[in-house]
Amino acid sequence: MAVETTGSALGAASSTRGASFAEQSIALGRRAVLRTVRQRGLVIFPMVFPLILFAINGSALSPATHIPGFPTDNYRDFLIAMPFIQGAMFVSITAGVDLARDIETGFLNRLAMTPLRGEALLVGQLGGALVIGVIQAIIYLLFGLATGVTLVSGVGGALVLLALSILISFAFASLGEFLALRFGTGEAVQAIFPLLFVTLFLSSSSLPRNLIKASWFREVATYNPVSYLLEGLRSLVITGWDAQALGLGFGFAIALLVVSLGLSRSAMRTRLARR
Amino acid sequence: MKRFLSVVQGVAWRSIHNTIVNPAVLVPSIVFPLFFLIAFAGGLSRIGDVPNFHYPPGYTSFQFVFVFLQSAAFGGVFTGFAVARDFDSGFARRLMLSAPRRGGIIVGYTVGALLRWVLTGTVVTIAALIAGMNVYGSGAQLTGLLALGVALNLVSALWACGLAMFLRTEQAGALIQMPVFVLLFLAPVYVPLSLLTGWIHTVASFNPVTPVLEAGRGLLAGSPVKVAIAFAALAAAGLVLAVFARRGLMSAERAG
Repeated sequence: MAVETTGSALGAASSTRGASFAEQSIALGRRAVLRTVRQRGLVIFPMVFPLILFAINGSALSPATHIPGFPTDNYRDFLIAMPFIQGAMFVSITAGVDLARDIETGFLNRLAMTPLRGEALLVGQLGGALVIGVIQAIIYLLFGLATGVTLVSGVGGALVLLALSILISFAFASLGEFLALRFGTGEAVQAIFPLLFVTLFLSSSSLPRNLIKASWFREVATYNPVSYLLEGLRSLVITGWDAQALGLGFGFAIALLVVSLGLSRSAMRTRLARR
Repeated sequence: MKRFLSVVQGVAWRSIHNTIVNPAVLVPSIVFPLFFLIAFAGGLSRIGDVPNFHYPPGYTSFQFVFVFLQSAAFGGVFTGFAVARDFDSGFARRLMLSAPRRGGIIVGYTVGALLRWVLTGTVVTIAALIAGMNVYGSGAQLTGLLALGVALNLVSALWACGLAMFLRTEQAGALIQMPVFVLLFLAPVYVPLSLLTGWIHTVASFNPVTPVLEAGRGLLAGSPVKVAIAFAALAAAGLVLAVFARRGLMSAERAG
C-alpha cells in the first residue's frame, strides 16, 4: 500500500510542479528498494543458494586441482567467481518479476497517465536490484574469505571485484527489466531463468577453458560472454592484476548493460505509450 | 480394492496428462537433466584424468549414473510441485471429497511420478548413448540400475507428496526441492568417494545417497558394489516416507 502511495505521490508531484528526472528516479528508486527490503523471503533464498553450491562444489571438485596446468591449488579460489554470477542471474529475475508485477497490476498504466519519464522508471526500478547486488557481493566475498579464499590482488583487488560484481548484477537486472517489459508477465521472466543458467553451465565456470577436454564444449565456452565475466572476477583472486581479463570482464558487463538498457528503453516507450 | 485402483488410475492419468500437455511443466523436467549431463559429462570430462580416478567405462558413464538417478529423484520432486499446485487451485479438496479411498491419491501421484520419469529417463539415456557412453553391465545389472532409479523416484515422490500435503501451498516448492538437491550433491557427484577429502568426504560417507550412486555406477560398469546396502537404504527410506506421506494426507483431510 505504501509502495502504491509512493507512486501516487510521485504522480501528483509530477503533475503539479514537474519533478526533475533525478527526483523521479529517486522516488521510484526508493519504492524499489523498499519493496526489495520487504520481500526478505524472496531475496534470501536466491542469495544463499549460490553459497550452498559454492560450499559443496568447492570441496567436491577440489580433486580438479590435481589436473596438470590447473591455475591454483585451492579449488575455492577458482570457484569463488561463480556465486557472484549466479547471484547476478537471480537479481535479473527479481528485478524482472518486480517490474512484471507492476505491469500485471496496472501500476505501469497508471504511471503512463503522469508526466513520468520512462527512463526515470527504468533507473528507479534498478535501485532495488542495486541494493541486492551490493549486499550479495559483500556477503559472497566475506564468505569466500572466511572459507579460505585468498585474493592475490589484495585489498584493492577486493574493491575492484566488488565493483565488477555490482556492475554485472546491474547489467543482468537491466536484462530482467527488458524481459519484463517485452513479455509483461512474471511467469515469462521466470521461464527465461533456466536459459540464463545454461549460459553459466556452458562456460568456464568449473574448469579453465584450456583444460576443458571436449572441444565442442571449449568452443561454446569461448564464444560465451559469461566465461569472460567469470574470468574477470577470477583473475583478481588467482592471477592478480590481469589487464586483459579485467578489460574483457568489464567490457562484456558494460556491453550487456548498454544493450539491455537500450532494449528496455525502447520497450518502455511502447509500454508507456500515452494514448 | 477396485475403488482404490480407480482412484490410483485417475490421479496417475491426470498427473501424466498434465505433464505432457503443459510444456512449462514438461520441458524443464526433461531439459534440466540434459543440461546437467552436458555440463558434467562434457565440461568436466577432464576430471576423469585426475590421478587415481578409476572408472573403466569412462567419465560420461560415471556422470550418466548421477544424472539418471537425479532425474529419478526430481521426477518425484516435480510431482510434489503438482500436488502443491492442486491444493492452491482447490482441486485437491474436490479430489478428496470425491475419492472413495483417499490412500489411492498418494499412490496415484507416485505412479504419475514414475510415468513422468520414464519419459525423462529415456531421453537422458538416449542422450548419453549419443554422447558416447560405454555400458559394461549385463542385462540383469542394467535392470538393477533401473530398479534403483524406480526406487529413488518412489522415495522422493513420497517425500514431495507428503510435504506438499502438509503445507498445501506452491510456496513449499523450495522446501520440497532443497533437501533432495542438497542430499544428491553431498554424494560423490564428480569423483569417487575415495578421492574426496575433508568435510565433504565425511558427509558423503554418511549420506544414504552415496551407496545408491556407487551401486548404480558399479552396475553400469559390470562390477556391482554395495547393491544390497543401496536397496536396503531405499527400502527403509520408502517405509518411513510412506508413513510421512500418509500423515500428510491425514493433515490435509483434517484441514478440510
